[in-house]
Amino acid sequence: MAEVSAASTSVDLEPVQLVAPDGAPTSEDRYTRDLPPETLSWLYELMVVTRELDSEFINLQRQGQLALFASCRGQEAAQVGAAACLRKTDWLFPQYREIGAFLLRGIAPAQMGAVWRGKWHGGIGFTERCCAPIAIPIGTHGLHAVGAAMGAQRLGEDSVTLAFLGDGATSEGDAHEALNFAAVFKAPCVFFIQNNQWAISTPVSHQMAAPSIAHRAIGYGMPGIRVDGNDVLACYAVTAEAAQRARDGGGPTLIEAITYRVSPHTTSDDPTRYRSQAELDHWLALDPIARYRAYLQAAGVWTERLEERVAAKSKRLRTELRESVVDADDFDVAEMFDTVYHDITPDLVRQREHLRAELSKEWLGERSDGRAGV
Amino acid sequence: MTQIIERPPMHGDDVPEPRGPMLTSLPRAAHSTEVPASFNLTMAQAINRALHDAMAADERVLVFGEDVATLGGVFRVTEGLAETFGEQRCFDTPLAESAIVGIAIGMAIRGLVPVPEIQFDGFSAPAFDQMVSHLAKYRMRTRGDVDMPVTIRIPSFGGIGAVEHHSESTESYWLHTAGLKVVVPSTPSDAYWLLRQAITSRDPVIFLEPKRRYWTRGAVDTNVPPLPIGRAAIRRSGADVTVVTYGSLVATALSAAELADQHGWSLEVIDLRSLNPLDFETVAESVRKTGRAVVMHEGPRTLGFGAELAARIQEELFYDLEAPVLRATGFDTPYPPARLEKLWLPGPDRLLDCVERAMEQP
Repeated sequence: MAEVSAASTSVDLEPVQLVAPDGAPTSEDRYTRDLPPETLSWLYELMVVTRELDSEFINLQRQGQLALFASCRGQEAAQVGAAACLRKTDWLFPQYREIGAFLLRGIAPAQMGAVWRGKWHGGIGFTERCCAPIAIPIGTHGLHAVGAAMGAQRLGEDSVTLAFLGDGATSEGDAHEALNFAAVFKAPCVFFIQNNQWAISTPVSHQMAAPSIAHRAIGYGMPGIRVDGNDVLACYAVTAEAAQRARDGGGPTLIEAITYRVSPHTTSDDPTRYRSQAELDHWLALDPIARYRAYLQAAGVWTERLEERVAAKSKRLRTELRESVVDADDFDVAEMFDTVYHDITPDLVRQREHLRAELSKEWLGERSDGRAGV
Repeated sequence: MTQIIERPPMHGDDVPEPRGPMLTSLPRAAHSTEVPASFNLTMAQAINRALHDAMAADERVLVFGEDVATLGGVFRVTEGLAETFGEQRCFDTPLAESAIVGIAIGMAIRGLVPVPEIQFDGFSAPAFDQMVSHLAKYRMRTRGDVDMPVTIRIPSFGGIGAVEHHSESTESYWLHTAGLKVVVPSTPSDAYWLLRQAITSRDPVIFLEPKRRYWTRGAVDTNVPPLPIGRAAIRRSGADVTVVTYGSLVATALSAAELADQHGWSLEVIDLRSLNPLDFETVAESVRKTGRAVVMHEGPRTLGFGAELAARIQEELFYDLEAPVLRATGFDTPYPPARLEKLWLPGPDRLLDCVERAMEQP
């Protein structure tokens, strides 16, 4: 029992980068950027459509159709790269900002939009796509990912789980417990930390005194690796390696993807109160999509036809989102009682009846849908 | 599955999809009817047997927590499980209660049936976020897509002369949290059967074990379940005052009822067994008969379960009442040091004081 782990005792501060910001391949030779052309263009399509859908979400919020939205602008490469290298039966445990990963899993705009429209918590039908519902409390779902990975071990599968966490989440106690449990039980779990530099107004330098988030892996006894989070091929390669190690019984990996939250924390946030335009400009110049397009152009994979296809897909999904938000009905209010328990309790049955009775009255005049006067 | 953005064929696509990873189906009638099986067990032994039988009946059932495997639990309640079922199904965890509940949620998402232990009531506080924000809500948050068949065993309540944080009543926290079920056995038979029923429930159940009664013996028939979760039991019939209680205090109320007889007061003692779902019908029927009710629990008075029961009784049975509904409870202080706990805990005296007041109403 008293084995001492021989996991890595150092972390390279220099992030893995396969494509430079100008789109040129780097000299990095530990990983391959040699993916089939259809995979390369698939990644491009996902990133662009993610950004387009993100823009539509922001528009809808500005038009008063959504109460709130948390944009993933600038983080498309990290999300898409991390999720794309997995099998569709590997489980994802997202936060709430992972549109790229959701799209990749075939989760439709309407299923995501339900969250921000206030139709339903967690999203609709995510688990059918081996994706956990969104998690608003920061860091807590890392433990669910570890539990699911330990479950996979016990089910005799070689599937892996991937937890998306943020830089702020790594300060939470549950993130620590998740990393520790994963290491102790050699759980097939990859922790993919999108270090987007800001937790609302708190910079990553204020989250910890460690040299990097990846350095924390040393203390847990697992490999820690830093990757350029705006380089989709680097994120893909590093996560693929970690997933394979997990699949082979080698246990968890902590990946720190260095990226940037270009948008405010949410549509309710004003980042001019805590960060500079110069900083934003610096990161805008490192845009993951422009970089990847330049790479694909040089590699001869990017074509006008691809761009047209991507634009058409973007347009279609933007429309789909808009229609699902604006036109779709709310769920029946009975669902808020009926989904609490598998076996509804007698008290909830009574309370459901009380609400029905209340809705049939008209103390405030017009009140047939129960919303007037709220 | 259909894709929104067409996914190129990739490595691993030929792996069969592990959808609905059921190793076996949930046993509806998990007990064997072949052999008569009546045992005289302590409550701790009954819980141990229930865990053994549940793990034997369904290989998805997992038991884990602090010191549960090698040691067999600090109360030996999980003794023999690791030896019998192996370290994959019964295992010790690092010391982290939030993680113990958090991984149980992840396992349940994958179709397993976790039965984690929180070693003592007071240490459920670090797990509070996982229990309240996730375990309780997961089903609703996924619009009913995901079952949470998690049973969290927590050795609970006071009266054993323990150090701080080992004698807490936590039920009000869980009862105020929609999505959890809460059961409290008072006898070895109920401990066995309520645990078996909790483990087969597709909803999360908080199973509070009255550790003061771990060593009480009683008959356990492992073939015939007494009552399902959601049903109360009348432990003693009486005509004058209904005493509503659960867990450790059922025995206390029964001994108080003997004393009450000497004063000419006939007590009916209801053991709730299941606090949520609540069998209010049994309570109501009794109070309609007696016209008086005293609620008894260990935990602090303010917003304890007695407050809810008293409110409910007066809301629904006001015109049947001969006297106000009274509460025999702990005080609104932190649980006291062991030398003072006998003074703090509601015992027969505090209950009989309430009975006297109820009987003296004009």
